[in-house]
Amino acid sequence: MARVWDFLTATRGGARLHWTDWASYAYLCAGVFLMFFPVLWLIMSSFKTEGDLQRYPPTFLPYQQETLMVEGFDDPLPLFEMTGGDYEGMILAQVRRVGLQAQMVDPTNPGERLRVSIENYRPVDSVTLAWENYTGLFDRFNFLLYFWNSTFITVTATLIMLLTNSMAAFALSKYQFRGRTFVLLLVIGTLMIPQTVVLVPLFLIVSEMGMSNSLWGVIIPGAATPTGVFLLRQYMLTIPDEILDAARMDKASEWKIYWRIMVPLSAPAIAVLAILAIMWRWNDFLWPLIVLTQSENFTLQLALNSFQGELRTEWSSLLAMTVLTLLPIALVFTFLQKYIATGIASTGGK
Amino acid sequence: MRIIEIPMLALQRLFGVHKLAWVFLLPNLLLFAFFAFLPIFLNVFYATSGGDNILLDDRPYVGAQNFNNLVDCSNYLDPNTCREDKFWRAIWNTLWFVTLQVGIMVGFSLLTAIILNRDIRARGFFRSVFFFPVLLSPVVVALIWKWVLQREGILNAFLDSTGIGGINWLVDAEWAFAWTVFLTVWAHMGFYTLILLAGLQAIPRDVYEAATMDRASPWRVFRKITLPLLAPTMLVVLILALIRGVQTFDEVYAFTGGGPGTATTFIIQYIYEEGFAGAPRVWGMAAAASILVAVVLVILTLIQLWVNRRNVDG
Repeated sequence: MARVWDFLTATRGGARLHWTDWASYAYLCAGVFLMFFPVLWLIMSSFKTEGDLQRYPPTFLPYQQETLMVEGFDDPLPLFEMTGGDYEGMILAQVRRVGLQAQMVDPTNPGERLRVSIENYRPVDSVTLAWENYTGLFDRFNFLLYFWNSTFITVTATLIMLLTNSMAAFALSKYQFRGRTFVLLLVIGTLMIPQTVVLVPLFLIVSEMGMSNSLWGVIIPGAATPTGVFLLRQYMLTIPDEILDAARMDKASEWKIYWRIMVPLSAPAIAVLAILAIMWRWNDFLWPLIVLTQSENFTLQLALNSFQGELRTEWSSLLAMTVLTLLPIALVFTFLQKYIATGIASTGGK
Repeated sequence: MRIIEIPMLALQRLFGVHKLAWVFLLPNLLLFAFFAFLPIFLNVFYATSGGDNILLDDRPYVGAQNFNNLVDCSNYLDPNTCREDKFWRAIWNTLWFVTLQVGIMVGFSLLTAIILNRDIRARGFFRSVFFFPVLLSPVVVALIWKWVLQREGILNAFLDSTGIGGINWLVDAEWAFAWTVFLTVWAHMGFYTLILLAGLQAIPRDVYEAATMDRASPWRVFRKITLPLLAPTMLVVLILALIRGVQTFDEVYAFTGGGPGTATTFIIQYIYEEGFAGAPRVWGMAAAASILVAVVLVILTLIQLWVNRRNVDG
C-alpha cells in the first residue's frame, strides 16, 4: 500500500508532491465532477419511467416496480412488500386500489382476495432500464424525420462549404491577379458581420428565393462563412508552387490541378474544416428557428426546443431525445478529439 | 468530376490561366454577395422604414424614426421611463451579462490552463473533460441544466437533504440570471482554456529555468514572466469572448426563454422577438437594433484583427 502511495505521489522530478499539486488535483477533480455529473445524470434519468422521474428525492439508478403475471388476471400485477398489518413480510400483488385501501392477492394462492391499508406496504423496486423511452421516440414522435432533417442539412451544407471554400482558397493562394487584395478584404469584411445582426434582410432574401420553410433555406446561407476560406488559404500557401508548375508542364488543366493536386494535398486542413462545419450545422439554432416554422421541417435542435416548451412536457421522452441528439457529437468527439482541438485552436472559431 | 472539368477547360481556353481565378472565386463570392453583403445594405433600408410588411416596396420611408424610438428615454438607467422599455432592459441585461460572464469565464479558463500546464498526470484526460461541453448543442446544454435545476431536481434534493432547503431556481429573477451566467461559462470555458493553454505552452522553458536559477518565488515568476508573456493571448481571448458574449442567444432562449419576465432577455432575443416572434412584426425596430449591435461587433472585430496582426508581427 505504501509503495502504491509512493508511486502515485511521485512527480517526474522525483520530488514529493507540493501543496500546490494537491490543490491542482483537487481543482481538476471538482472540474471532472462539475463537467461530467450533469451529463451522467441526464443519461441515467433518460432510462427512468415517467413514474420514476416523479420520485422525490430522486434516486441515481433507474428503478421500476416489479410486476408479476398472476393466474386469473390478464395484465401483470404490481408487487408490494408488506411492512405492517396482518401479512407483514409477505410479497403481495395489487389488484386495485380504492382510496387508502388496496385489494391484494397472494401470488402463491391467487384465489383469495386480501384487503390491506396502503400505509402497510411498500413497492418492490428493482433496477431496470426503461428502453421504452427510446423506442417510443420512433413510434410516437417523428424522431427519424427530425434526425434526417438534421443529417441532410449538416451533410449538404458541409459539402457545399468545403467545395466553394476550397475553390476560393485555391484562387486566393495560388494565383496572382488584379483585385486579390480587394477580395481578401471583402472576406475579412464578412467576418465582422455575423448572421445574428442581419436576420431581417437575410430572411427577406431567403424567402424571395423561395427557400423559406425549406431545408435549403438553412443550408445555402450557412455556407457563406469566411472562416473556412482563411483556414484553407493559410494551409494552401504552404504547398510549394513547383508542384503546380510541374503539373502545368504536363499539360494538366487548372481544374485538374485543383481537384487532383490541391485538394488531396490540403486534406488535413479540409478535414479540420469538415469537423468544424459538421459541428456548426448540427448545433445550429437561431437561423433554423427563423426559417423552419413547420414542424415537419424541424431539425433535432428545434424539435427538442419545441417539445420542452409544450405545456405538458413528458420528461421521459424529452430526456431520451436529448441523449440521442447528444450522441453523434459525443461519438465524433471520442474519435476525432485531437483534430477538433487543433482545428478550434488554430481558427479561433467554433 | 468530369462534368465540371470540361466546362472549366473551355473557360480556361477563353480567359487564360490567370483570369480563371475569378471562376474559382465565383461560387463563394456569390454566396457572400447574397447572404453577407446584400443583407448589410438592406438592413439600412429596413431600419429607415416602417410598417409591418417585409417587402421593401411596401415599406414607407421614416428616416431615423426607428432609432429615435429606440433611444427615446428620459432616464437611460431606468428602462421603465423609455419608450422601448424592452430594448433597454435587453441592453442592460446584456451589459451585465457580458461583464460577469466574460470576467468569470476568462478567469476560470486562465486558472484551468495554468493548472493543466503544470506537471500533472493524465493531462490529456483532464483537458478533454473541460473541453467536451464546447461541442454540445446549445439546446442540449440548456436541457441538461434545466433537468438538474428543476423544482424537484437533483440539486434541490441535495439542498433539502442538507437542510438548506431547495429553491425554485428558474422562477426567481436573480437566480435565473446567475444560472444563465453559470451555464454559458460551463459550456464555453473549455474553448478559451484550450487557447490559453496553447499560449502558455508557447512560452519558452528557458525563461522559467533562468528564473529558477535566480530563486524567484513562484508568485513573482507568475507576475513577472507568465502574465506579461501571456498578455497577447489573453487579449485575443478577451475580445473573442466579448464578441460571443454580446451575441448570446441559443442557450439562454432554450434555458429560460428570456424569463422570468425579462430577467434574462438579451439583445439578440429582443431582435428575434421584434422581427420574428411577435405580431405585428416590427422589422424596422429589429433592423435598427441590429445595426446598433453590428457597430459594437465591428469595433470589437477591428480590435481583434489589430491584435492578431500585432501578435504575428511579434
